Amino acid sequence: MNRFVREARLWLVGIPILLWTLLPIYHIFLFSISTKDSAFSGTLWPDHPTLRNFVTVFRQEHFYLHHFWEQIWNSLWIAVAVGLLTLFVATFAAFAISRIKVRGGRTVMNAALFTYFIPAAFLAVPMYKAMGTYGLLNSRWSLVLAMVTLASPYAIWVLKQASDKLPWELDEAARIDGATPLQLFRLVYLPLMTPSLVAIGTYALLLAWNEYLYAFLLLSHENTIPLAVGLGHFLASDDSPWELLMATALIYALPPAAIYYAFRRYMVGGLTVGAVKG
Amino acid sequence: MAAIAIPHPAPAAPQRHLSWQAWGLIMIAPYVLVFLVFVLYPVSYGLWLARHPASYQTLFDDPVFFRTVVNTVVFLLVAVNLKFMLALFLSGFFVHERRWIRWLSVIFIIPWAVPAIPTIFSIRFMLNPEWGIINSLIFRLTAQEGPNWLNNPSLALTMAMLVHIWKALPFWTLILMAGRLAIPRELYEAAGVDGASPWQKFKFVTWPSIRTLYLTSTLLSMIWTLGDFNSVYLLTGGGPADLTHVLSTLGIRYIRLDQVDQAMATIVVALPFVLPLVYFMMKRLSVNE
Repeated sequence: MNRFVREARLWLVGIPILLWTLLPIYHIFLFSISTKDSAFSGTLWPDHPTLRNFVTVFRQEHFYLHHFWEQIWNSLWIAVAVGLLTLFVATFAAFAISRIKVRGGRTVMNAALFTYFIPAAFLAVPMYKAMGTYGLLNSRWSLVLAMVTLASPYAIWVLKQASDKLPWELDEAARIDGATPLQLFRLVYLPLMTPSLVAIGTYALLLAWNEYLYAFLLLSHENTIPLAVGLGHFLASDDSPWELLMATALIYALPPAAIYYAFRRYMVGGLTVGAVKG
Repeated sequence: MAAIAIPHPAPAAPQRHLSWQAWGLIMIAPYVLVFLVFVLYPVSYGLWLARHPASYQTLFDDPVFFRTVVNTVVFLLVAVNLKFMLALFLSGFFVHERRWIRWLSVIFIIPWAVPAIPTIFSIRFMLNPEWGIINSLIFRLTAQEGPNWLNNPSLALTMAMLVHIWKALPFWTLILMAGRLAIPRELYEAAGVDGASPWQKFKFVTWPSIRTLYLTSTLLSMIWTLGDFNSVYLLTGGGPADLTHVLSTLGIRYIRLDQVDQAMATIVVALPFVLPLVYFMMKRLSVNE
């Protein structure tokens, strides 16, 4: 009996969590398979579920969707570029700070941490102004560079934590054998760091794909904006086709969710370790 | 080729040390460049733009500003603390070893893993007073008209806070869960032998172990929540009548009006609060290095 009560209590917590988590997600799905009429009738399941909305999106058959494929390509291009560039910048920096113990490394780490702690929306204002000065506004590179700036501090920090745990004897052995820093980096460091690198690459990629604020500040041309900004355009008028918006939103939300779950093993271990220590 | 290579002397030990340092500098250079070009210069330039007292005068005279500050403080105090109390509670739930709870934790992480814009728009439509699913349900269950959720400033801000909690709760629950899992089991077993109640176990074993993590996380979350633009902007757009703005959305509003000096002033106003917290966080992380 005691055991029964204890299990019932767990379910009493679990079921509300499930509803709370899934309701907004289910609502996206519900809208995306509804016709315009049934979307607005407030039912929990449409009378005639349809995939028509997705066909409309894929064929770009609406004013707001004329650049759908171009925008999804921009999102992909930007996300991949941010993932690769962040890995490039952060891996070298972490290696230099943690293994080479480069002079000034501590200062650079502090600068990175400082950037990490500034609220993102606060940095957006000066960043916007500076991108204007550099003449990068409306170029996809402005968003790529801004997102690399936002992603690399955490990336460096996590990689440095992981790197500090590698046995120092490896470096000594490599140095005695006359290895150059690049050889140590390529032959010893990279293979040992692979799980963390996967986590960080995924982190930066998702951060860029999901970003809205920086994207809509820095990019406004129809040909350069990512899908996130394109979705925001739907709100320009009051009688927008919400069922098409939700269908597009579902398409936009699926890749990051899939990638997150595919790399979850790396993500959870790799990304929470630092936070727990703090 | 070999003949050319011979004249080069084999590097002496100190020189080789230097060359490792040189490599280190080359490797750290890309990030230093990113920091100088996209953080240090923009921030310095921004602060320089915000040097005019007139900007602050205009800001304080803006009728929206005072309300924005109040909203921001309420958002930070209420949303962040509520989020952490829930996260503390839920982390205790998720550490139970059941197959279905493990599955639930996988689902629970979705709000954090998916982008903000689809889900916040979805919630926005759910709250539509005429055809939203929430008011339809209210009407069906009680035969009464539901409230006009996003048209009442206090209600709209409350909804924005709920959106923030919906999105950020999974991450912090995960963090606190990791904190709980790091507590040695023997402590609970010993407490159980001594006949401790669940509450006593929490008070004397769990809380002392994760208190530091909890407080640090709360402070960190407060800084980051200051930068949470999406929860407010995508749900209410700052409306109705600009009454639900927080500092971050107000700053961006000034940018959209092409008043960058004004936008910077908005941010500078928050710095006396932000910088001590950032300093504190940096010290904490440096100690733990």
